Amino acid sequence: MDMWEIPFLICFPLVVSVLMFCIRINKIRNAVAYVSAVIIMLMTGVLTVHWGMNGFAPAEFYVETELVDHFILGAEILLMLVVTFLSFKYNRPWVSLLSIVPTAVIAWLELEGPELDAISHIKVDHLSILMCIIIGIIGSLIVIYAVGYMHGYQHYHTEIPDRRYYFFMILFIFLGAMFGFVLSDSLLWIDLFWETTSVCSFLLIGYTQQEEAIHNSFRALWMNLLGGCALCVGIVYFALDQGTASLSVLVEQGTGQAPASVQVAIALIAFAALTKAAQLPFSKWLLGAMVAPTPSSALLHSATMVKAGIYVLFRLAPAMSGNMTGTMISFIGGFTFLSASIMAIAQSDGKKVLAMSTISNLGLMVACAGVGRPETIWAGCFLMIFHAVSKSLLFQDIGATENSLHSRDVEEMHGLLYRLPVLALFMFIGICGMFLAPFGMLISKWAALKASVDENNIILVFFICFGSATTSFYWTKWLGKLIAHTNRPPVRDITKKNEMISLSIHAVLMLALCILFPFLSSVYVEPLLMEMFSESNQVISNNVLYILIILICFFFAVPFLAYIYEKNVKTNKKLSYMNGINTGKNDAFMGSMGAEKELVLANLYFKDICGQRKLMNPSIAITTAVIIIMMCMIIASALGGGMI
Amino acid sequence: MNQLIPMMCYLLLAPLCGAIMEGFDRKISARMQRRVGPPILQPIYDVIKLWKKQVIVVEKSQNFLLLSYLLLTVMTGCMFFAGTDLLMVLFVLSTSAVFLYFSAVISGSPMSTMGALRELVQDMAYEPAVLLAAVGFYLTTGTFDVHGIMNSDVSAIVKMPGFFIAFVFVLTIKMRKSPFDSAQSHHPHQELVKGITTEMGAKNLAFFQITEWYEIILMLGVEALFIVNKNPWSWLAAVIVILLTYFLEILIDNTSARMKWQDMLKLSWIVTLLAGGVNLMALMLIR
Repeated sequence: MDMWEIPFLICFPLVVSVLMFCIRINKIRNAVAYVSAVIIMLMTGVLTVHWGMNGFAPAEFYVETELVDHFILGAEILLMLVVTFLSFKYNRPWVSLLSIVPTAVIAWLELEGPELDAISHIKVDHLSILMCIIIGIIGSLIVIYAVGYMHGYQHYHTEIPDRRYYFFMILFIFLGAMFGFVLSDSLLWIDLFWETTSVCSFLLIGYTQQEEAIHNSFRALWMNLLGGCALCVGIVYFALDQGTASLSVLVEQGTGQAPASVQVAIALIAFAALTKAAQLPFSKWLLGAMVAPTPSSALLHSATMVKAGIYVLFRLAPAMSGNMTGTMISFIGGFTFLSASIMAIAQSDGKKVLAMSTISNLGLMVACAGVGRPETIWAGCFLMIFHAVSKSLLFQDIGATENSLHSRDVEEMHGLLYRLPVLALFMFIGICGMFLAPFGMLISKWAALKASVDENNIILVFFICFGSATTSFYWTKWLGKLIAHTNRPPVRDITKKNEMISLSIHAVLMLALCILFPFLSSVYVEPLLMEMFSESNQVISNNVLYILIILICFFFAVPFLAYIYEKNVKTNKKLSYMNGINTGKNDAFMGSMGAEKELVLANLYFKDICGQRKLMNPSIAITTAVIIIMMCMIIASALGGGMI
Repeated sequence: MNQLIPMMCYLLLAPLCGAIMEGFDRKISARMQRRVGPPILQPIYDVIKLWKKQVIVVEKSQNFLLLSYLLLTVMTGCMFFAGTDLLMVLFVLSTSAVFLYFSAVISGSPMSTMGALRELVQDMAYEPAVLLAAVGFYLTTGTFDVHGIMNSDVSAIVKMPGFFIAFVFVLTIKMRKSPFDSAQSHHPHQELVKGITTEMGAKNLAFFQITEWYEIILMLGVEALFIVNKNPWSWLAAVIVILLTYFLEILIDNTSARMKWQDMLKLSWIVTLLAGGVNLMALMLIR
């Protein structure tokens, strides 16, 4: 059996990226970008179907890859050169060390190191196909959206040089690297794709080349490269000790009584995944990434980059169940879930709220992976799917809103439903998807809570109970802003058609996922768990899931029916009560001195209690301490033969 | 059948029970303040009168949002009394609370918006305690099913006194009793007028009141879960405990001044963490 779609999916975006760079006529480049995005989406579908026709069985490919291996090594060195050049150019030479050292070590292993076992370099199974679908669909939609968005962006931000050819080049490299990342089983290949995504995100964040952007992009770079270093050390140590560089072998050996090198490698790789998934203490890079144009934030946050970290942790999950690495990962994840959701309360910049909520939700997924039981991975998979769709929708929507409204502050969105109805509606759907009952995120949270009780993970239970309360708080107050009545005039909606297409597809996907949820669980996620753990304990029984479907229908129906019923009820409209005399339009009142005062309503933010300034540094300190202590303990107990 | 009867009972009797309890509440409060107080059935008369009046709104959408709030809360209660999964009930309940928030903020009125924001803070304050209580039930009885919890051998409270304390504490918030009634002050013309209900006129206020009754009966139902076991006599004990806590709430209501919401949040989280947390740890250790 051969699957030609796999090399196609990895190489095609790279070819397109070269085209993007070469074509300097906007219209032609846009057309090529559209067509390529659609092709990628279709090929993802073809890959899934092809794999399904072969019986949904795990498949391995490409054992003999000497030529490609050389190519991969060459690419790695090229990346190192790019990083070194840029870090010297922008006067941060020390960052280059984080790239030179691991590349040198990997190069040594490949050229001078011992002969490694022959392994298949590509492996296809349920998890990697799931990731491919997410990347293929969401990633391509983001590209389609980006074409329109960047047009408006460059039009509006004239101070930023128009380098769209460069922007799209990186977007496509990114997609190619992500496909490679989730499909590879060879750790050496994974390392290359890992570094590629790190460098791409760095270049995307620095797109505007302004002082802040450069600063933030370097922060993202060094944090991700630090993770890359840990990954590389883990890989090399494992390869030298066990004579193989296969991820599946690593996980297999990690379950049960694992040799020291395997334990250490797993801990290091899991640590690397924490940096990628922007967990505390490495959350700041994701917050800084907000300076980039919106499509890149959407790409970094929702569909790809950060999910790469989660993907690795899911892969490692069976090997983390019940040991110290798992404890560390689940603690960091749970802690990040709670503290990021508290910090999100104090944010009024829409994009920052989204960033905080991304970090927070990733934290929950990381915690699920750290517990490493089928039940938690079940919850984690659904969290990942729902989060990818609704976060991508929200990011794109807030980008479009900003282009029209010239602000992305939540306070400015007072009454957005009456001013920019379509965008506000999409935003409403996206936010509801993040936390309300009929949507999947809440059900997954519920499953995560149940599973962590089953696993006796006390601290995670606390994190989830408190974290879900704070999460509802910041989303609900945002929703309230959108629907609050206002007399301010409507804003002209300058959203391009292609942006609308992408947004609508997302919204439809969001709603469809709600209904298809139990189906997806039994058809796809349970086989995934069977593959991973050779057992699958459903957290929420099918019975309950069917009740849920009925509930979902009811939930959509109730407000709708209530609306229809109330439409014809005769009502007597009165002015709102304002203490002073309402001047007649509900937007101003007479003050005690007889002057008319405009009414301004603002949300609660508690900036002095839970602002980023107040909480970020202590959280970083706590998590750093935990990571250092736990890593030392893991390494010491692995090498000392379980003395500690 | 076993599920249908309690569900129908809830559907039909909950507003009545809620109204009568509120009637007693007013009467007892009045006696505590050396007043005669209204008749026991006064709340029902009030609602009937409100119901007959014409609908007064600031924004027409308030109507359907409040109606949705009512229907979803009733649905949640029915799920609870039908004996389904307790966690699911609590999560759905948190969604129905969102509709109340919407119906208050959509008016764009200052008083109701501020009240609604405080309501959100209240939701945030009580949610952890309630979720933890559900976790406690699961640990003591091995199930989240309301039906299963009721049929355990010993009352859950034996193993979860801490959760009970935390739950009763946040019950004060849920019942909108002083010192935690910052979202909707019971007495008009204080700093927030009538808070979240300021712009709910006539029939809408009746909707709100009826929903309150449904919700309180639901919360008291959760409280009863702490006591009820296989033994039929435990039902009597549950009723007594509920009446005692209800009296306690009235007493607290009449003897304390309203707290700032910041303090409420802190206090309820601390109580939840201490009482619930210690209890949870103990439960997980002995499991």
